[in-house]
This record gives sequence, C-alpha cells and structure tokens, in this order.
Amino acid sequence: MKIPSMAELMASGESPEILFWVGCAGSFDQRAQKITKAFATILDKVGIKFAILGKEEMCTGDPARRSGNEFLFQMMAYNNIQVLNGYGIKKIVTTCPHCYNTLKNEYPPLGGTYDVIHHTTLLQQLIDEGKIKLKEGGSFKGQKITYHDSCYLGRANGIYEAPRKVLEALDAELVEMKRCRSNGLCCGAGGAQMFKEEEKGETRVNWERTNEAIATGANVIAAACPFCNTMMTDGVKVAEKEDAVKVLDIAELIAGSM
Amino acid sequence: MQLLQQILFTVCLGSASWFFSKKVREIRRNILLGTDEDLTDRPAERWRNLLLLAFGQKKMFKNPLVALLHLFIYVGFVIINLEVLEIVLDGLLGTHRLFLEPLGAFYTFLINSFEVLAATVLIACVIFLSRRNVLKLKRFISNDLKGWPRTDANNILITEIVLMSLFLLMNATDRALQLNNAEHYHNTGDFMISGLFTGYLQSLPVNTLVMIERTAWWLHILGILAFLNYLPWSKHLHILLAFPNAWYARLTSTGEMKNMESVQNEVKYMMQPELAPADATPPSKFGAKDVMDLSWKSLLDAYSCTECGRCSAACPANTTGKLLSPRKIMMSTRDRLEEVGRNINANGTFVDDGKKLLNDYITVEELRACTTCNACVEECPVSISPLSIILELRRSLIMEDSNAPGEWNAMFSNIENNFAPWKFSPDERDKWAEEMS
Repeated sequence: MKIPSMAELMASGESPEILFWVGCAGSFDQRAQKITKAFATILDKVGIKFAILGKEEMCTGDPARRSGNEFLFQMMAYNNIQVLNGYGIKKIVTTCPHCYNTLKNEYPPLGGTYDVIHHTTLLQQLIDEGKIKLKEGGSFKGQKITYHDSCYLGRANGIYEAPRKVLEALDAELVEMKRCRSNGLCCGAGGAQMFKEEEKGETRVNWERTNEAIATGANVIAAACPFCNTMMTDGVKVAEKEDAVKVLDIAELIAGSM
Repeated sequence: MQLLQQILFTVCLGSASWFFSKKVREIRRNILLGTDEDLTDRPAERWRNLLLLAFGQKKMFKNPLVALLHLFIYVGFVIINLEVLEIVLDGLLGTHRLFLEPLGAFYTFLINSFEVLAATVLIACVIFLSRRNVLKLKRFISNDLKGWPRTDANNILITEIVLMSLFLLMNATDRALQLNNAEHYHNTGDFMISGLFTGYLQSLPVNTLVMIERTAWWLHILGILAFLNYLPWSKHLHILLAFPNAWYARLTSTGEMKNMESVQNEVKYMMQPELAPADATPPSKFGAKDVMDLSWKSLLDAYSCTECGRCSAACPANTTGKLLSPRKIMMSTRDRLEEVGRNINANGTFVDDGKKLLNDYITVEELRACTTCNACVEECPVSISPLSIILELRRSLIMEDSNAPGEWNAMFSNIENNFAPWKFSPDERDKWAEEMS
C-alpha cells in the first residue's frame, strides 16, 4: 500500500479528497503508529483518496500553547498554515483530538480555515453510508468494551456519540464508566502534562481513570486519542491487567473487524 | 409614635440602599480593572444562555434533587421579594398591609403562596445546612473553605432560615390579632402555614401580640436590608451576578484558547518583515501576573463564584490529591481583586503593594497541575472559567519569567528544532508510511 504525500500528488497534478493529518504521536510514537496504520488501511480499503503532508507536517503547537508558550505555538501555526494553504487544503481528517481541536478551532483566527473532521466521526459516516462493511461475528462481537472520552473531543468539541456509534456497530457490549461523556475524567495527558512528571498527589490521574475503566469489567478500553491510549495503557500495566484488558483505538477496532 | 417609626424606617432603608449602591459601584470598578474583551456578539445565544443557565439553572439539574432544593430557595427568594415591596411601602407610608384592600381575596392567595414558598425555603436551607455540617460532603469540608468561607456559607443559610421564620411569625401573630379583633389588624382570612401556630398565639394578651408582630416585622425587614449589604462581602453575590455572568459567557468552543494577537503579529513580522509597520512596538506584557492583567470577564467570574466546589470535585488534578483546586483559583482571584480594590479606596489609585496574584495567591505548583480538560468549565452552573485564569497565568510564567520545568523546556526545543515534542528526526515523520508500502 502506497501512501502518497501532498508533494507527490501535487507533482502528478492530482489532489486528494482529504488530507490525513497524522500528528506527532501518530508519526513517531510506536504504539500510536499502529493506530495511524490501522486508519490508513481503512481509508485505503474504503477507497478514499487521501494524502499526508509527510515530512512537511509539523507539531500543531498544542502542547506549547497550553503550557504557556504562545510564541512557539504561533510559529508552528504560521508554518503549518503556510503549508496547508499552499496546497489549497480544504478537508482534513486526524486521529488526534488535540490536533483536531487546534486545526478546527485555533487556526481559523490565524488564517487557516479548513473542514476538519476527527477520525471517529469519519468512521461513523462511513459505517452509516455502508462503505465500511464489518465482518459478521467479528472478533469483538459480544465483548465488553468501555469507551474513554477524550477531553478535547468531548467537552472541548462536543463529540460524544460518534465513537460510541462506531463501537455499537461492532456488535459488542458497550459498558459506560460512571464518569462518562461530559462528566468524563481526563486521562491526565492534556495541557502538556504528557511531557512532564505529574505534580505530587495521592495518585496519578491515569491510574485513577484506568482503574475506573477496569472496574467496568470490560475486556477492551476503547480510546480515540493517542495520548489517552498511552496513559490508559500505562494504567493497565500498573494495575497488572495486561492479560485481561486491552487498550485499543476505535480505528484499530474497526480495522480488525473489516 | 407612628411618625417616629416612619422616619426611622426611611432612614434605615435610605442608608441600606446607599451603602449597597456604593459597594456595587466599587465592585463594578474592580471588575473593569481587567483587560478589554468584547463579549457582546451573537446576542440571541446570549439571551438563551441567560434563560437556560441563569434563570433555568440548567446545569444544576445534573443532580435533580439538589437542583430542586436550590430552585425552592431561589424562587422563594425572588417571589417573596414581592411581599417585601409591600413591607417597604408600609414602612414608608405608615400603613399596614397596604395591598390587602385593593387586592381582596387575591391578597390572601398571594400571602399563602409566599408562605408555602417560605416553608420550602426553610426546609431546603435546613437540608443544605446539614449537608455542610452533618453529612459533611467532601466538597464542603475541603481546605479551600477553611475559616471564613465556611462561616460565610453557614451565615447565609442561617440568615435565610431566620428571615423566613420571622415572616411566618409575623403572619401568625397578625392573624391572631385579627381574630382577637385588635385595632388596625384587618381581616385577611386564614394563612396556610403560619395558621398552624395562630391558635397557640391567640391566647396571649393583645399588647404582647402587637409587640411580637411589630418586632417580627422590624427584624424581618431590617434583616433583609442587612442581608442585602452582606451580599457584596459574601459568596452569596452569585444571586445577582449569575445573570450577567451567564449573558457574558464566552461563546467560542471551550477547547479554543484566547488568541494573543500581539504574539501572532510578532511572529508574522518576523517571518514577513515587509509586513511590519514602521512604528511596530513589541508587546509589553505576556499573559497575566496580577488581576489587572486578566480579562474583565475573569474578574466578573471571580465575583460570581459561590464556592460550591463542583469544579474541584470534577477536577482530575484535585481529585487525585494535587494542590490545584479550580474553586480556590476563583477565590484567590477575588481575594486579590478585593485587596487591590481596598488599595485603590485608600490611595485613590493603585499603589504597588509588592504583591501579585501569581505566586502570592496562586502558586506555580497549582498552575502546573492543570490538564486543561475543561471539566471545571463544564461543571460550573454559572458559566465561570477557572481555566482561562490558569492559562493566562501560565503564559506569564513561561513568556515573562521563563519559568518552566526542565521537561517542558526540552519539549519546546524539540518542537522548535524537530517540529515534534519528542526528539525524533523530522525525516522520520513518514517512516510509518514507508513501512506500509
């Protein structure tokens, strides 16, 4: 499978239906790369003509901005918007809620306005349109799955239903944690916490959240954010539940059932 | 005697109103110390927020039972104020139950409605007091509320119980006097709630009853005037400010951070020097160090906070034992703002007191623990954003003081040099794609 970059498409005079914004986690983090590959596989199977920016993609600046470094954020935003506008990008899909939030909400006032969609929303649309066909009796049928709401998808952008609708299509048993949807508890990674040690406290946010997820008795913790994924995977390890509980992205669940 | 009472009442009412309006002007001045932010766009949505969030108390209904009790107190308080109108007019004109004659039977119906409301307010306040002091709900006994804030909360509930009791006692004795055919006490018909006590009072001598009735009347209205002047010093100010705060709530996505146009331009001029105007001056300040550097909306937020603690109970940092408490962020902001206000009162203008909101009131450790998850913003029933304050203070820490943990500095330099928060070569960004082909 060949994943074209914008530069390559441009050179051959083509343009994609949608740009896949991979994000830093999806590009470099070994665990998140699997999510990226799963999602790219789905797009390819469904026959959506997409491209990536490849080496021209840069951090959106989200962790810089949230830690307080507006200068660095503005520099990243400037460069990214130059590239995106240079290619005349109209539509972007991303597997990272932080990239999603920045591209969708924070780039327009800086001159970068695009139709930005999170991969869970796109997956839901593709399922609804019948373009994604799931195997009868797929591997997750009857399994207990709990969905962990990403803050930047949920509270920040009001996306609660799309990921759940996708999970329902798997014929799995969806169990909710006590704190879910707008009451969902953060995984602990947002606001640039991912890149530093936690402040001292009684416990870690990701342990607290993972224990809540494990308490549902689910075999799968479904995530829709590479950072939540890392935090929950770590939490499962600390709870020594690696054999019983898997942390998987919605894209991985779908790719594994097509 | 009657004239003396009228004069006394007029003096009380006048001075209570004067003190209250003075304090209101002071609070308005303090709020306007904040930086400009235009929050008047999309009026239709603002009216909707005002109706749903402030009048409708939509967010309170996440917990329906508590919301209902709170609604009793709120509706009771608002509607019983119609009765206060009569009391004020009676006090000024030297009349007694002025509205009885023109309203007739409807008057009795009105007073009965007020009595039912008064009883529900009373019951709700007793339940709320026990939630704080007997059941000791976690968010009510946290360190944030040590000392005055806890006393303040109890003061409010006890005052409301006392005021409602006085109102009912006043009606009960009034009715007893009517039944004993006392002069000036015109027949109103039976009252629903206070009527339960009238029977016991009827056996008392008329003089004693008049004493009780007049005392209850005076204490009730003086209590209300005192309570009015207590509001600006108390968390209870939310009963007034919840309304403007809902109207002025930011309508942008909660995930969107406020853009710093000054920095945006700096970067633009750096990248495209030809665009820089000849007289371009670099921004003088980044983020907020003190209350005056915050948006006026954040300052209105601080005065609107009733310290309920729903934000902190939902905060991932706070619930895992970190120092950060969004409620305390709001309380600290108000405390500092009040201090700045007193400074201005004393000196005519703000004289540097060597203190700042950052560090002296809110510590770096608190600010660092925030995950920007927006749980506090989502929870707040009166549209407060503790997150806005946290993020503005963080900006000052990083851009003014270069105060960042080592790991963040590493993250910054990675983004700057490798265009990713980790130390990977930008050439490897699409390695995953090569692996797939």
